[in-house]
Amino acid sequence: MLNKNKKIIAKLKTAELLGRGGANFPTHLKWQMVLSAPAKKKYIVANGSEGEPNTSKDGFILANYPAKLIAGIKIALDTFENSEAYIYLRKDYYKKYKLKLEKLIGRLPITVFKEAGGYLSGEETTLCQEIEGQIHRPRIKPPFPSQAGIFGLPTLINNIETFYCIAQIDRNQYKKTRFYTISGQAKHPGVFELPLGLTIKQVLEKTNNWPSFNFFLQVGGGASGEIFLPSELDKPVEGSGSIVIYNKDKTDPWVLMRQWIDFFMDQNCDKCTPCREGTYRLLQMIKDRQFDEKALDDLLFVLEHTSFCALGKMVVMPFRSAVDKLLK
Amino acid sequence: MKKIINISINGKKYTAELGQTILDVARANQIPISTLCYHSDIKIQASCRLCMVEIAGRKGLYASCSTPIEDGMIVVTDSKDITRAKQTNLELIFSEHCEECGDCVYQQRCHIRDYAKKFKVNINKFPDRKKGHPIHQFGPALIFDSSKCIDCGLCVDACHKVGVDFLEYKKKGKFYEVVPSAKADKDCVYCGQCLAHCPVGAFEGVGEFEDVDKPLLHKNKTIVFQFAPSIRSTIGEEFGLPYGTVVTEKLVGAIRKLGVKYVFDTSVGADVTTVEEAKELVHRIKANKNLPMFTSCCPGWVKYAEFFQPEMLPYLTSARSPQMITAGLIKTYWAKSKKINPKDIIVVSIMPCVAKKYEVARPEMKIGGRKAVDYVLTTRELAHLLRKRKIDLKTVAPQKPDQALGIPTGAGVIYGASGGVMESALRTAYKMMTGQALPKLELESVRGITGFKKASIKIGKRTVKVAVVNGLANAKELLAELKENPKAYDYVEVMACFGGCIGGGGQPLPVNDEIRQKRAQSLYSVDRQNKIRVAEDSPIVKKVYKEFFNKEKNIKLVCHTKYHRKKKEVYPVK
Repeated sequence: MLNKNKKIIAKLKTAELLGRGGANFPTHLKWQMVLSAPAKKKYIVANGSEGEPNTSKDGFILANYPAKLIAGIKIALDTFENSEAYIYLRKDYYKKYKLKLEKLIGRLPITVFKEAGGYLSGEETTLCQEIEGQIHRPRIKPPFPSQAGIFGLPTLINNIETFYCIAQIDRNQYKKTRFYTISGQAKHPGVFELPLGLTIKQVLEKTNNWPSFNFFLQVGGGASGEIFLPSELDKPVEGSGSIVIYNKDKTDPWVLMRQWIDFFMDQNCDKCTPCREGTYRLLQMIKDRQFDEKALDDLLFVLEHTSFCALGKMVVMPFRSAVDKLLK
Repeated sequence: MKKIINISINGKKYTAELGQTILDVARANQIPISTLCYHSDIKIQASCRLCMVEIAGRKGLYASCSTPIEDGMIVVTDSKDITRAKQTNLELIFSEHCEECGDCVYQQRCHIRDYAKKFKVNINKFPDRKKGHPIHQFGPALIFDSSKCIDCGLCVDACHKVGVDFLEYKKKGKFYEVVPSAKADKDCVYCGQCLAHCPVGAFEGVGEFEDVDKPLLHKNKTIVFQFAPSIRSTIGEEFGLPYGTVVTEKLVGAIRKLGVKYVFDTSVGADVTTVEEAKELVHRIKANKNLPMFTSCCPGWVKYAEFFQPEMLPYLTSARSPQMITAGLIKTYWAKSKKINPKDIIVVSIMPCVAKKYEVARPEMKIGGRKAVDYVLTTRELAHLLRKRKIDLKTVAPQKPDQALGIPTGAGVIYGASGGVMESALRTAYKMMTGQALPKLELESVRGITGFKKASIKIGKRTVKVAVVNGLANAKELLAELKENPKAYDYVEVMACFGGCIGGGGQPLPVNDEIRQKRAQSLYSVDRQNKIRVAEDSPIVKKVYKEFFNKEKNIKLVCHTKYHRKKKEVYPVK
């Protein structure tokens, strides 16, 4: 291995950088896999699909630190021989930031790509399908994109925030921070760069967002995040780093659950039985404002344990926590 | 060499090849795992989520069809969680499948019903989501009842593997659904491979259950049945006989039991097709014109060429298919000898194929302004009819087909397998060009279920290069090769369906490579046991040429046809 490659991977390892898309996979391992996959050509993707509602930290980075993003991608381009890169953006980000990014890209082999799909298109194998112009459905894993991604070639897919961190790490400027998105009935909504690993409570306090009303939170994504009550906030913020604040007295949990299920049904690909039919049966129960406990439990069970991809598995958490904490 | 590794399933140790899935190993060792979306012909779907297993040291459940094995892996195929997952997913699958068990291509061999019983599933746990979903009809050939579809994806990929891509996913409201393509450059070729690969009977032939009696309702007419070469080695499956059982005479006996007096073997017509096709081939080779020549007895391939590759039409042989020639002879030569007015004859063809329903409706196939074939019943449809009339093929007394059109040669029988038409035509063409019989009649290199087969045969001084393809995607590949190298081949056989007619869309279900091989081998064994194995040596063929085809106009009337560029036929957008 080239010395400079060894160096960057060692740096990523020392920094303990985990992927910021929400899955927390160690970044240095991903880089190592792509690096050691034998191929004449490799792809790099900066994933700016950011399909989770109430999450906008990738948009924040695109607006405020685009040069850092490009710098991060450039490090990957230098690391992987004969590689080319995509900045893969959801439609509104593409419209807003394409020209700005292209100016910064200059002659680097980086293409700004407009995502056609939605939430699911942020899933790594679906992303590969999209770039190849295929049906927007996830692929069987293995092979993982790091082994065989776009057009069957090794593909490094990192979140936009991950690339931002990589640029910092490379210049020894990484301060172990992450971006938190705060929304809902917040006094000071927005995206905040704060230390990693803060508890939910600390984030609310540091951003001066502790509600003055009876509230509950959805943490980790505006659709797939878990519900937390005020007494449970000593846990670290997980997933995509988002916190949505709800007024407990003014929020009808059935209406909220309806929004989630509409979102999942709209965004899923209908490939596998539990996600296609299971979400539909959840919708029917939510419409009736009544859960048959056994049926609900079975549906969540197959969603969690038999869904083809992560989308179906992610349906489970918000409902399970909402049923336990908001309906009982 | 593949690496051999050890895995354990349900406490027993097995050796397997690296690269296999858990399901592969389980199947190879007769360990039952329930599946719906798995078909050995088609790439892994992993969509039904029934084949879940547990793996020691890993959390959760895994789909065995898409999980590769690893050395030392410990797998369990039965547990409380696995059963619960299967039950719930089956309940969900039943919620999108509007049952119509009486009228189902699977008859008593229905997987989901078996699973429901086995896992004690309440099939009515949820109301039918797809009630009232549309029924699509593809020409005179196929029905797709989307209210039975379980979204497994096999039909879409089967259509893709055939090379047609007419079935696709489209988002309607909140759901993606399988729909016939509305695109102007996509059309159905009626091969029926969607039907052959659907695990729940969402597809059926047009009239598959409603119309099987119709041919017998003509009271004051002479009803004549003919049966295609491949039927003899497939219909037995519908009555519980092993794959590939040859039942020619029982089949004739069963048809006669329906009250039908005249039963002819379409393989006799195949012998005539062979002679005409070989004549044309020899002529084209001598003139070095319009080569390669393509076979045209597969109506799915003809429709494909007419719609997708019309520039190829001059290269198709003008010789009609065996069913059309047999029917033509029945309504001309035989009618005359019997002194029956052709308009009082009803010809019913038993075919392996739903596209044959389309072929008989082609206007250029008419004889004297009249349809040559009045009804096409598929293998399955004849079986439905026999069951309805309580006729058991297994126990029926064997009878011989009508001798008025004689018995077929071995060459006429192998038409049912991919490569058979080519082999038959070359046996005859060789004799026509050299005056001698082929030194070895069996052309092993064009036999078998491989999708693209090639061979070179020395005929006199000339080396004739031939190709045999089944599955139209292979035809597409061959046509692309011809664009690069127009002289790559002299003669090409194309069949739309995998394995040829023995794998046709009208054949018994299920079908896979193993079954196709058994069906084909049986046809070759019939050929091997036949004393006459070259079409033009057939006494009846000689007789027909002497008595009836001595006039060129009769040959043209019965044996040849034309092709036309086609516009989209199924759901054209106006």
